[in-house]
Amino acid sequence: MDIVVLVKQVPDTWAERRLQDSDKTLDRESVDAVMNEIDEYAVEEALRLKEAHGGEVTVLTMGPEKATETIRKALSMGADKALHVSDPALHGSCAVQTAETIAAALGTVPYDLVVLGSESTDARLSVMAAMLSEKLGVAQLSGARKVEVDGSTVTIERQTETGFDRVQGATPAVVSVVEKINEPRYPSFKGIMAAKKKPVTTVTIADLGIDPGSVGLANATSEVVEMTPRPPRQAGQIVKDEGDGGVKIAEFLAAQKLL
Amino acid sequence: MASVLVLVDHAEGSVKKVTLELLTAARSLGEPVAVVVGAPGAAGPLTDRLAEYGATAVVTAESEDVDKHLVTPAVAVLASLVGSESPAAVLIASSPEGKEVAARLAMRTRSGILTDAVGVDGDGTATQSIFGGAVVVKSRVRTGTPIITVRPNSVTAEPAPAQPETRTAEVTLDDAARKATVLERVVEAKGDRPALTDAAIVVSGGRGLGSGDNFTLVEALADSLGGAVGASRAATDAGWYPHQNQVGQTGVTVSPQLYLAVGISGAIQHRAGMQTSKTIIAVNKDPEAPIFELVDFGVVGDLFTVVPQLTEEIGKRKG
Ligand SMILES: Cc1cc2nc3c(=O)[nH]c(=O)nc-3n(C[C@H](O)[C@H](O)[C@H](O)COP(=O)(O)OP(=O)(O)OC[C@H]3O[C@@H](n4cnc5c(N)ncnc54)[C@H](O)[C@@H]3O)c2cc1C
Ligand SMILES: Nc1ncnc2c1ncn2[C@@H]1O[C@H](COP(=O)(O)O)[C@@H](O)[C@H]1O
Repeated sequence: MDIVVLVKQVPDTWAERRLQDSDKTLDRESVDAVMNEIDEYAVEEALRLKEAHGGEVTVLTMGPEKATETIRKALSMGADKALHVSDPALHGSCAVQTAETIAAALGTVPYDLVVLGSESTDARLSVMAAMLSEKLGVAQLSGARKVEVDGSTVTIERQTETGFDRVQGATPAVVSVVEKINEPRYPSFKGIMAAKKKPVTTVTIADLGIDPGSVGLANATSEVVEMTPRPPRQAGQIVKDEGDGGVKIAEFLAAQKLL
Repeated sequence: MASVLVLVDHAEGSVKKVTLELLTAARSLGEPVAVVVGAPGAAGPLTDRLAEYGATAVVTAESEDVDKHLVTPAVAVLASLVGSESPAAVLIASSPEGKEVAARLAMRTRSGILTDAVGVDGDGTATQSIFGGAVVVKSRVRTGTPIITVRPNSVTAEPAPAQPETRTAEVTLDDAARKATVLERVVEAKGDRPALTDAAIVVSGGRGLGSGDNFTLVEALADSLGGAVGASRAATDAGWYPHQNQVGQTGVTVSPQLYLAVGISGAIQHRAGMQTSKTIIAVNKDPEAPIFELVDFGVVGDLFTVVPQLTEEIGKRKG
């Protein structure tokens, strides 16, 4: 069972994130960067599947040079090798271009499963699993809180608002995971040392046969036309409970016609 | 005038409220064409409601395949309509499944996609709130057909009765669309409460509740208002409330008319899931809790006295 796990480096959510004034893209330089949190669960799930069924786990990321930190983290958790798609021409790519680039990179690694997170904390799109399944023409097994593999049959529990759907497909398949699925391991000291020797292949869009005229900010399928800091909320009314706090809220609700 | 495709979100024979909101938003962009994808017989009971909210046409695509495969049937129908209608835009509800339909449709038609819009202008520009609500952006699609997913409760649904023409469309699935099959749908927590994502009122509880049992306080308040129940991650991680109800960055995003936070501090990751709520109220014993930066009305006090009193008072007022 060969698995490619997709990880993305994102600005730490505790930091103040912003778009750059110059081109309205995410400022990735001035803030601390971490592995997208749900991707740790994706790496963990890939490692558990490998432990149960054998095979290799390849980490795949598309991002600037700095994203090697995130690759190293996945390798130190136990992944075997990595593929890093890095090219200045990719700066400012939209979701469609990102999916096309990742799909092209997946064309260079054999896989039975592509495992990824359900949502990135910076873009918050939750679209990548669906886009990749569409592009690759493989089974979409998304939003998994549980994954079971039996030979070439993959069955997931897809989390829904009222419970779950049991969804099944055959390999090759794309599986996205939600954080309920497992508890990611911490890299051990041994893992961190071993990661330094694991192979990381860096490729450019030329290596993947991608036309520079189809990627990057200038060719993105959507654009940010305007950005404004959130209009300050009108200062709310805050009262200290003097034994009538509940009644005060009810009065406020009534005045707002919410009751 | 160009048409605007609206994918109808429906369950158990009724149109979900978010669809009425989408039809309302669609009217500023062109002529709303409601697209119903469902099992045989699904569309019949929905048509009147769609007409009431201004659908100029209702396209019905029914097939046994719809319940067997997630996402792909709607994508097949919409992609074929995008080809034949050249619509000004496609509007879809911003639910997990809605976003996946939008995502696949964007790939198939090589079109730009804008997700989680909280507003759509007549020229197709969408307003989005990013970074946990810290920044508001306006975005536009440059390639193909604008595919926009809109958050529930962002637009106020307004009736505009129309006499829609009705048409049928085929659900034609290729091999790739059949690669994932739904074996069963399991309902774990079925209550009478509205679904979290499109509820008009949400009452959420956090670590301040102290235990799972105490969530009955939050449930009673939610029920008195006809609202849904949410929880902070601290509460779901502790096992006090189901994970499905987690509001925030790694949970559900809600944007209700009224959000009531009980015993929740208001961490940035929690705010990311509720910051665009219209009215926000908090009860917290710590006057310094960051949630108070967001509120329209806040009470600094002990939730164990304030919340029951509020529930009782609402009961009295509602008679
Ligand atoms: C990557 C990442 C993703 C995350 N995603 C999410 C997410 O999706 N959703 C989410 O909610 N969190 C998320 N978190 C966690 C988040 O950072 C906070 O830890 C969490 O929201 C805190 O929950 P809380 O407000 O219930 O608890 P606390 O921060 O502990 O706050 C409890 C509050 O209750 C008050 N209180 C206590 N007793 C009483 C009483 N008797 N009466 C009144 N008030 C009382 C306290 O004053 C305090 O303000 C995420 C964190 C990370 C790092
Ligand atoms: N640039 C990228 N490189 C690698 N993986 C990515 C990238 N962008 C998104 N992903 C993966 O797709 C998942 C969902 O992201 P999104 O659809 O952007 O919210 C993430 O959790 C990652 O696993």
